[in-house]
Amino acid sequence: MQDEPTPIELTKSVADFLRGDIAPLISGHQAFKLRVAINILDLVTRQLTQEEGSDAAEVERLRALLGIDGSVTELNRALVERIAKGEVDLATPGLAEHLWATTMDKLAVDQPNYASYKRELGRG
Amino acid sequence: MIEAELSRSVVRWCKGATGVTGAAKLSGGASQETWRFDIVHPDGPIGAILRRSPKGYGAAPTRAAGLAAEAELMQLAYEAGVPSPRVMHVLVPDEDLGTGFIMQRVEGETIARKILRDDEFAAARPLLARQIGGVLAGLHRLPQDKLPELRSRSATQEIAEFERDYRSLNWPKPVFELALRWLRDHDPGPSVETTLVHGDFRNGNLIIGADGVRAVLDWELAHLGDPMEDLGWVCVNSWRFGEIDKPVGGFGTREELFAGYEAAGRKVDPARVKFWEVMGTLRWGIMCGGMMQRFREGPDHSMERAMIGRRASETEIDLLRLLAPRGS
Repeated sequence: MQDEPTPIELTKSVADFLRGDIAPLISGHQAFKLRVAINILDLVTRQLTQEEGSDAAEVERLRALLGIDGSVTELNRALVERIAKGEVDLATPGLAEHLWATTMDKLAVDQPNYASYKRELGRG
Repeated sequence: MIEAELSRSVVRWCKGATGVTGAAKLSGGASQETWRFDIVHPDGPIGAILRRSPKGYGAAPTRAAGLAAEAELMQLAYEAGVPSPRVMHVLVPDEDLGTGFIMQRVEGETIARKILRDDEFAAARPLLARQIGGVLAGLHRLPQDKLPELRSRSATQEIAEFERDYRSLNWPKPVFELALRWLRDHDPGPSVETTLVHGDFRNGNLIIGADGVRAVLDWELAHLGDPMEDLGWVCVNSWRFGEIDKPVGGFGTREELFAGYEAAGRKVDPARVKFWEVMGTLRWGIMCGGMMQRFREGPDHSMERAMIGRRASETEIDLLRLLAPRGS
């Protein structure tokens, strides 16, 4: 077991420093690059916070859908194979719900401000 | 630097010109650059744009038409009254500027978010969807016997190409897999008519002024194919920049787009447009994957490229909204 602060806390402290102390000092292309850098750190923080829970839920759904066991990557490979072969499609009970849940969890990490995501969040 | 070479070039073909000033690079990857500059002229400065591949970067990527073809297409469009910059000069080897061309600079805005938010464009915005329909109709009517040599692509070939690109990423994405399946099942077959297709006609590649569309840019993906491809691509959600209820570039409705296209004397096939919108959404998603791959393998190890890889999920939610919409 590693010591604390946690990676989430450490990453967030760097993002907060760049946002609060450095961003006001620079402009132009450098400021643009800094915004990208801060966005990356924010994304990493979100992923570290959410990934464990969302991956576990994804594995649960994939096990039920496919009737096999494996890691989240293995199960995704099995799912794409079945879709490619036409064995699984949108008529398969649970597939649409699974893809929606998985995609919403990805957007929550990647782009929580994406307009389509915000719209769909309102439906959930 | 580049101003010396540009000066030597312009005095040769622009009558009265004495040199250039204010050269600044607007954008550029490794293989292609865009520069703005002013031609110094006794009648006043002439705004110009240079599009070029620097020396040693002659070969275009496989999908690109090439800068020479791009220059020819823009000039043809200009002559046919399709909003386009006038091409002033095609570079020749002894100018030492690489390959490419110089065109008139059209004033206006290309940044999509500004066009969608700034007051300056408030009067133009409601007119743009219909206007874009008219511009596309003009573009699809450019005389085929005058076009440069372009690749020809049917829907079936495009699906196969995207499938190959996707598989080469080795990136198991169930939503992309489902979209590929949907595209194969809904392949509309060869179109009744084959025309020039711009290939990247969207908000972001248009110069917009207070009066509307002033120029269509970035012809590098032009090819021959189904004209409905351009109508579908302009509707892809990624090019609505948050205005998701206005499918045509965030400006307006498909009905307005179609009405503008048909008022200019051409026919719309809405089912084909929908097909190309799905295809376009997947296309951008796979391109995001390509960016991730280039980031990983170098030479472009930039943060921006890395983050574009994380935008593939945007196209996944948009594909789900198209193919498996949830109750409203």
